Amino acid sequence: MTVTEPPGVAPGNRGNADFVRSAMAPAAKPPSSEVGAIAWLRHNLFTGPLNTLLTIGLVLLGYWTIPPLVDYLFIDAVWTGSDREACIYTAERTKVGACWAFVVDRAAFFTYGFYPLAERWRIDVFFVLLVIGIVWLLHLRAPRKDLAAIYGFVFLPVASFLLLSGTPSLGLPTVPTNLWGGMMVSVVVSAVGIVVSLPLGILLALGRRSNMPAAKLFCVIFIEFVRGVPLITVLFMASVMLPLFVPDYMQPDKLLRALVGIALFASAYMAEVVRAGLQALPKGQYEGAMSLGLGWGQMMRLIILPQALKITIPNIVNTYIGLFKDTTLVVIVGIFDFLKAIEASRIDPTWAAPTVSTTGYIYASIFYFFCCYAMSAYARSVERRLAVADKR
Amino acid sequence: MSPWNDPRVRSFVFQGFLILVIGFLIYEAVDNASDNLRRQRIATGLGFWDSPAGFPISQSMIFYSETSSSYGDAFLVGLLNTLLVAAIGIVLATVLGFTVGIARLSKNILVAGIARWYIEIIRNLPLLLQLLFWYNAVLKALPGVRESAALPFSSFLNNRGLFMPKPLPGAGFDYVLIAFFVAVAAAIGFRIWARRRQERTGLQAPVGSVTLALLILPASLVYVALGGPLTFDVPTAGRFNITGGMVLQPEFLALLFGLVIYTAAFIAEVVRAGILAVSRGQTEAAFALGLRPNLTTKLVIVPQAMRVIIPPLTSQYLNLTKNSSLAVFVGYPDLANVFTGTVLNQTGQAIEVVGITMLVYLTISLGTSALMNWYNSRKALVER
Repeated sequence: MTVTEPPGVAPGNRGNADFVRSAMAPAAKPPSSEVGAIAWLRHNLFTGPLNTLLTIGLVLLGYWTIPPLVDYLFIDAVWTGSDREACIYTAERTKVGACWAFVVDRAAFFTYGFYPLAERWRIDVFFVLLVIGIVWLLHLRAPRKDLAAIYGFVFLPVASFLLLSGTPSLGLPTVPTNLWGGMMVSVVVSAVGIVVSLPLGILLALGRRSNMPAAKLFCVIFIEFVRGVPLITVLFMASVMLPLFVPDYMQPDKLLRALVGIALFASAYMAEVVRAGLQALPKGQYEGAMSLGLGWGQMMRLIILPQALKITIPNIVNTYIGLFKDTTLVVIVGIFDFLKAIEASRIDPTWAAPTVSTTGYIYASIFYFFCCYAMSAYARSVERRLAVADKR
Repeated sequence: MSPWNDPRVRSFVFQGFLILVIGFLIYEAVDNASDNLRRQRIATGLGFWDSPAGFPISQSMIFYSETSSSYGDAFLVGLLNTLLVAAIGIVLATVLGFTVGIARLSKNILVAGIARWYIEIIRNLPLLLQLLFWYNAVLKALPGVRESAALPFSSFLNNRGLFMPKPLPGAGFDYVLIAFFVAVAAAIGFRIWARRRQERTGLQAPVGSVTLALLILPASLVYVALGGPLTFDVPTAGRFNITGGMVLQPEFLALLFGLVIYTAAFIAEVVRAGILAVSRGQTEAAFALGLRPNLTTKLVIVPQAMRVIIPPLTSQYLNLTKNSSLAVFVGYPDLANVFTGTVLNQTGQAIEVVGITMLVYLTISLGTSALMNWYNSRKALVER
């Protein structure tokens, strides 16, 4: 590469600037310690004495823990069997790893609970409808989002209710909720919490920011009260106090009580998330909408909420993750959820073997981790997309 | 123009309607409740508070006896147990959380990777699942008393808990404690004096070494001078049981492990976000002023990061306290377990019992947030 001459100076005639080179000196190679694998190791693993020590320690730790873990999960694991005999110590089997046979044997119970065998296809249909709704609503390039919202927030709840609890007029026998159990109950409780908490949370957030003192006071008291107490006490309230507050002839179903508790709890947290989004919008958006002559409803629906909800999507999803994890607590009011199904099977004498408990918990962990990680990965991808949009 | 277009009229009508609806709901609830209570013959009021409780509690920091203590005593035992696990949990979760949060930002990819996966896995699993795992799969699966694992400092670990030496303060140990607290007060005073002098004259005092000396020396001098007035009751393993010492029950340990490990993952994310929130320009400006890296961290990065860290950190502390109510599932006798569990079952007075429990948690939460708002208004950046 040659140096371009300054304008007006003929090549070879540099006046008294002869010390300026006319050609670039060849670039020296970087020192061998700064390129390739060695440099990578030096920069990432052995930066200083402390880091070197940490690296060696962690490699040793991995060496001591990973092979036994692999042995436990796969090599020594028991994959087939129909009762505890498969997973107990015997003379020829002195090492027993994870008892996957237990999970395989009880998988249907973990998924459907006590739901009658002949009716379990209804739960499968419900899962399929749910997956369609989730993909349609969340996939950013899916068509007809307006229809998706109607599907997700109107059709799906009604259809699920008719399907799961049964409609004799459609030829679906009634299944009382005390037979519901397992993963299906966890999914139903989370789904109801998710569907109810967003609109209720938006209403509460708008109420808290409104100019009407009565509405504002009510919303503030509700939000602060619910956020200040543990979910367990809210569930207790829904399960033992709610029946006292309604007349004798309309005693709510046990599952319904838990659903009310979860939905109210999640709404209060959602309200604060939405309020943060509303506060983050510049005041000019409100003023601009008002100067266009929009009414309060139009302003919220067309200008404020679309923007506020867009920037809160990651936090909304994080609230949903918390809600999903919190649904495990419904067992305290006697709901037979996924974790309870595992607990009940774990102590069942048919499968009394030393590694059954741990295997059950590992299975539960995989289920919850998969669901929560998928949600948080979605939240992060939305966050990245929004960051791109804001970069302009 | 119809009056309906007047915002004041509309707001008035809407609020009147809202008050009517809420008032009607409250009236209905109270009416139904008194009806239902009368029919089910459930007593009302706090009359049960002084009646004998008659049930045992497995861990108590104050005197509690199954035969002579009242429901009020049981309430106090539960409350103290909640505060105990919350206080220890907060300290340990802060230490672990800050360590993991800083490790997450390490240049060493192994350290950062392990910290990252710790956070990812722990945050994405329900706390209840983790508690059950610690309790049922780890602590309850430990060997029995005869095969206790011996730990350093003559401690033992088995499926009945962690047995540790119990400190027995002898005569004069109070003076050691007094010496320590006086030294702490002196250290705080010295720090304030040193800061004022530095602001006035620019002279720095060796605050760190003086504080360290004050924390260690006076108490140990008094301790030695009095001839070591502290003995330990060491647990000894017998054939069927371990006698002496003190024991941390598996219920307590499981709850503590679960809460600490779970909350630390959230604190780690808070710490990471706080450190990343201090812009790179701050570090560069500090270097340009000639500050050394450790002084830059201490005087420039940490104070600014703490402003971002502390509000969410407090809300994590509150979460830990509220989550300690999951003690119900492992049988640790905290407030929720003792009160909304046993007391509610025995008295049947759902409204009073659940109401009191909620009030306690509410007081803790609202008190802390009031403190937080005060702190924020003091520390907030003063902007135009």
